[in-house]
Amino acid sequence: MTGILEQIAADYTTRTAKQTKRIIVCAGTGCMANGAAAIIRELKLQLTVKTVEAQLIADRHDNATIGIDGSGCQGFCQMGPLVDIEPLGIMYVRVQPEDVEEIIETTIKKGQVIERLLYVDPATGNRCRGKNDIPFYRKQHRLTLELCGRINPEDIGEYVARGGYVSANNCLNHMTPDRIGSTVLDAGLRGRGGGGFPTGKKWQLALVEKADQKYVICNGDEGDPGAFMDRSVMEGNPHSVVEGMLIAAKAIGAHAGFVYVRAEYPLAVQRMRRAVSDAHRHGIIGPDALGSGYTFTLEVMEGAGAFVCGEETALMASVMGHRGMPTPKPPFPSQRGLRNSPTIINNVETFATVPVIFRMGATEFRKIGTKDSPGTKTFALTGHVANTGLIEVPFGTTLGEIVNDIGGGVIDPEGKRSGEFKVVQIGGPSGGCLTREHCNLPLDFDSLKSIGAMVGSGGLVVMHTGTCIVQVARYFMQFTQNESCGKCVPCREGTRQMLLMLDDIAEGRATMETLDELERLARAVRTASLCGLGKTAPNPVLSTIRTFRDEYLAHVVDKKCPAGECKALRRPEIDTDRCIGCGACLRACPVGAITGTRKLPHLIDAGKCIKCGACAAKCKFNAIIGV
Amino acid sequence: MNNPGTLRINNRELLIGNECNILEIARKAGIEIPTFCYHSELSVYGACRMCLVEIEGRGIVTSCSTPPEAGMTIWTNTREVREIRKINLELLLANHERECTTCLKSGACTLQNLSRTMRLEQIRYKPTHQPKPIDFSSLSLVRNPNKCVLCGDCVRFCDEIQSVGAIDFANRGMHAEVVPAFNRPLGEVECVDCGQCSRVCPTGAIVPRQEIDTVMAMLDDCTLTTVVQVAPAIRVALGEYFDLPAGTITTGKIVSALRTIGFDAVYDTSFTADLTVIEEGTELLGRLDTGNPLPLFTSCCPAWVKFAEQYHPELLDNLSSCRSPQQMFGSLAKKMLPEQFGIAPSTLRVISLMPCTAKKTEARRPEFTGENGPDIDAVITSQEFGRMIEAAGIRFADLPDAPFDRPFGMASGAGVIFGASGGVTEAVVRFAASRLADDAFAFELSEREVDRGIRELEVSFNNRKLRVAVVYGLRNARTLCNSIAEGKCDYQVIEVMACPGGCINGAGQPVTYDFDVIRKRGRSLYEIDQKAPIRTSVDNTELFAAYERVIGPAGETVAHELLHTSYTGRKRIHDTSLHLHGEAAAKTTVEVCVGTNCCLHGAHDLLRELVAYVDKSELKEQIEVKAAFCFEQCGENSPLVRINGTLLSKCTFDDIRRRLATTVADQAAIQ
Repeated sequence: MTGILEQIAADYTTRTAKQTKRIIVCAGTGCMANGAAAIIRELKLQLTVKTVEAQLIADRHDNATIGIDGSGCQGFCQMGPLVDIEPLGIMYVRVQPEDVEEIIETTIKKGQVIERLLYVDPATGNRCRGKNDIPFYRKQHRLTLELCGRINPEDIGEYVARGGYVSANNCLNHMTPDRIGSTVLDAGLRGRGGGGFPTGKKWQLALVEKADQKYVICNGDEGDPGAFMDRSVMEGNPHSVVEGMLIAAKAIGAHAGFVYVRAEYPLAVQRMRRAVSDAHRHGIIGPDALGSGYTFTLEVMEGAGAFVCGEETALMASVMGHRGMPTPKPPFPSQRGLRNSPTIINNVETFATVPVIFRMGATEFRKIGTKDSPGTKTFALTGHVANTGLIEVPFGTTLGEIVNDIGGGVIDPEGKRSGEFKVVQIGGPSGGCLTREHCNLPLDFDSLKSIGAMVGSGGLVVMHTGTCIVQVARYFMQFTQNESCGKCVPCREGTRQMLLMLDDIAEGRATMETLDELERLARAVRTASLCGLGKTAPNPVLSTIRTFRDEYLAHVVDKKCPAGECKALRRPEIDTDRCIGCGACLRACPVGAITGTRKLPHLIDAGKCIKCGACAAKCKFNAIIGV
Repeated sequence: MNNPGTLRINNRELLIGNECNILEIARKAGIEIPTFCYHSELSVYGACRMCLVEIEGRGIVTSCSTPPEAGMTIWTNTREVREIRKINLELLLANHERECTTCLKSGACTLQNLSRTMRLEQIRYKPTHQPKPIDFSSLSLVRNPNKCVLCGDCVRFCDEIQSVGAIDFANRGMHAEVVPAFNRPLGEVECVDCGQCSRVCPTGAIVPRQEIDTVMAMLDDCTLTTVVQVAPAIRVALGEYFDLPAGTITTGKIVSALRTIGFDAVYDTSFTADLTVIEEGTELLGRLDTGNPLPLFTSCCPAWVKFAEQYHPELLDNLSSCRSPQQMFGSLAKKMLPEQFGIAPSTLRVISLMPCTAKKTEARRPEFTGENGPDIDAVITSQEFGRMIEAAGIRFADLPDAPFDRPFGMASGAGVIFGASGGVTEAVVRFAASRLADDAFAFELSEREVDRGIRELEVSFNNRKLRVAVVYGLRNARTLCNSIAEGKCDYQVIEVMACPGGCINGAGQPVTYDFDVIRKRGRSLYEIDQKAPIRTSVDNTELFAAYERVIGPAGETVAHELLHTSYTGRKRIHDTSLHLHGEAAAKTTVEVCVGTNCCLHGAHDLLRELVAYVDKSELKEQIEVKAAFCFEQCGENSPLVRINGTLLSKCTFDDIRRRLATTVADQAAIQ
């Protein structure tokens, strides 16, 4: 019965019939932090006070001729706050509240473009009018994120008017659970949370289990440093998640579901709650979901604050109110999960992709991406790259395309473009590192696995040549060590010892034996840990040792940090050829470690020096080296 | 558990039976696999990662959590497995206070044993251990976090078997630790002192509190007369401490050893067990006649008594008012012995030798202290006694047998089987049979195991039937208590022992992780009973001499003062609610739980809606709204609301409104 959806869509059309222009302000977390809220406020204020349409601007913009909407993350966070003007296809970047008046006067009233607010492509120097011209967007294939940033996530009407819940409607009213599962299997959808397990297979396993109750859980406990794909989907298009879960519920025979959202994502929690209650109110979910007679209730839960709660067994323990600690598998959740019932747990992005598959058909979906990893993947591109932000590309896109074409190239230590990247860390603390030799590697689940990395949840941290690889490994080790739940010995004690060994390496105390022991311990932790967190914790260490063994050896054998990041290994010296004996460094040194006679080369006392770098900052002749 | 077929472990073909995991199959076949956190009686935890094995085609997995499958080829001792186990062990030891020489668990410590069997010669890793304070607050147990390996055995035992949950994990990662609730001292939380945590602890992180020095000081003081009572369960277990086969009966050697160490008289707690049988049996027959209150719960186990006081204060009248045999002995000894020895009462010291840690706390209960100090001055466990024997330079195995001293040395077989789960029941049944049918063995008994740790007995005498439940493990006791509340319990007697198998498996006994050993101890107790010259408490002539001389008739005043006690509810929150809204004298009372869990599940919204509703519908005079504290049924039932005594779980405002509509209408109809 499509009556429900038609009604919602019709209401929406009526509501927005008079709209001639629409201003979409990105209200994702990044843009909000840069002042998007103030822009929305200013827009509303100015349109109310200064324009003839004043009385037509209502809070929910019903019947207004100009719509103002806050959208979910549009991805181009580097350039936020972003403001789109539709249907003109104009996108302004780095907009400030002071710009609002001009936007209204020039663009809204006269339909003209304000050149200074457009994005300038640094490669060509051209100003880009809208998303179609911006390289960051042009190279992407936005499938799951298609509506993210284009709709008001709090308006169910917009989602439905753009074809939302049609897939769910088909599944619930016209398809058997078996067929739903096999369609997803045929589409080749693989879990976007990191593991890449075939989603359709997971569903089929849960379907065959006999049980009175089954559960569907959405894992929105995204916690990798630098990753914000799931947050963006939940904030930008929460209904796509609800729809995916509804389809999954029918596919396995579940009547209840939970969305487990990271508690540090208050906006995502709020939007998911709103979406669930709107869907319930309209009869899309609930006792007679979409008029199919199928019951599905959905609850939004805030996470318990621990990274490990993103691990599925720990997540279920947390949902049940227990301490978020993983339990051994088997039993797998699809056999005995939440409250001992068969349960499927999928990631936010996976669920959000499901409606897309049913909309376009498995065959069409398969045409995107690679043979064994069909579809697209969202990545959070961060680090030393010109354009940081949220991107979505088909599997099989190469690292080079992502970093150079979409990311706009690497930023060197001086902040200038065109630096070469040294390493790209993929998959966060569970992942591995990619180097320049992987530039042409088509990224998919299997290609990454073959080189000891993983897609993970999709964090891509680009690092320039001034990055010390030992520090990178140490950073991730510190993270997993902090986030270890403390249950199993290899993860709790092993990561701690690995961290201590990395400290030794970074601080010049290590020997070759340390390096051997580090590798041996890392392999043991990888094999013996209880859950995914521990099993993947050594990946950054193992993959950096494999790829950058020379750099480790420089630390261990030569006691030198080639990137100069390891403070303990710095050996500041004065280049006697360059030093003119001006005494600037001597006066700058806070500990009196520099001595020397005027006009003669000075000397640093290594015993006293604290390696603060104050001398180098003052020296005009670049005579201080090794800082 | 239907898993037909075979698998291969280390090249041996093994049949898959009803084992749930590979570890069990291997152990049955005599292939030892090291573990810290696996106990067949507890849930699979999978934390220590020591029981790794390699399955061909699947790689390295933990054998404790992997179900056996036909056709598996398993290797338990490959190079990689050995290396990872060794790394794990070294990691644990790097974060461990390795002061083995002064550790109470030395010699029985899994960590120590594995270090030896795995030939650990050095620890590659940096010491990371940070000293933590030792918790001496409990009278029964000492908690030493410096020895903890975080295997969680204690936590799971306390929760899964005892349903107490006095300790749990706190913090995470390298800061993870096992602590009592809110990190308060163990002595101040709901611990019932059963000490099973210390029994399952593979290291010395929780150990029975030691009273050896106190006892030695008494023995060294020649102005004091020091007597000791020996609990039944000791005599079948202590031998293990000296490497005698499990179940060896060493009663005579124990008496010899105690005399050698310097006790002035050595008595048998089975004597007062006989006394308990008579008092409790009389109480039971009385209750059966008057009908109230039944079922009668036994009260010998102090852990169970504290448990009942804490969690089921409404059932305290059902607990037998009899003191435990230890405390009966204490009061009787302090009453009778000064005269017998011709000494001032203040110079008598009564020591207990017990299999149990909870007895230490029981002896300190204020009601068991009279004008001459506590009835029991010190309690030592079998383990402590073993240590005292060693320290005294006694070769236990070579000791001659010696008899107990009179008068408290005479005991029937019925008094001895108190040490095993079901023994108290059997002793009381023999007593009842001798009273009802004039023959202690004139009864028929049918038995059924309801669940692990719950047995159901039906005893028929002449033309009377007695339905008895025998349980061990306090979770089982809780189940029965709840069934009483639901009106589903038709037993007349319920025997509860906190420790699995009864006192023979008390936490003070020599350490074993093998339930077979416990069974052997139990069989030996019954062997003593079989061979005993008297097998029923009513035949204990010394007992009747005592009745005649000091106690007077069973159940009368003096007997009551000496042998009975009373209990106090220790429920954390008493059942009081706060008046919030409406008429206090209203006919309908709505109590909304405002405990943490219910609040998290929306109790405050319920209250707000309810108050608004009462105001709007002008029901203020008919409905009183109260805020109740925890109903202690939280979890999935929250929020909880009680309307005129009926508890509504997972309550919504609609539920309240619907229920109120009928209740208020009913009340109006009554009026």
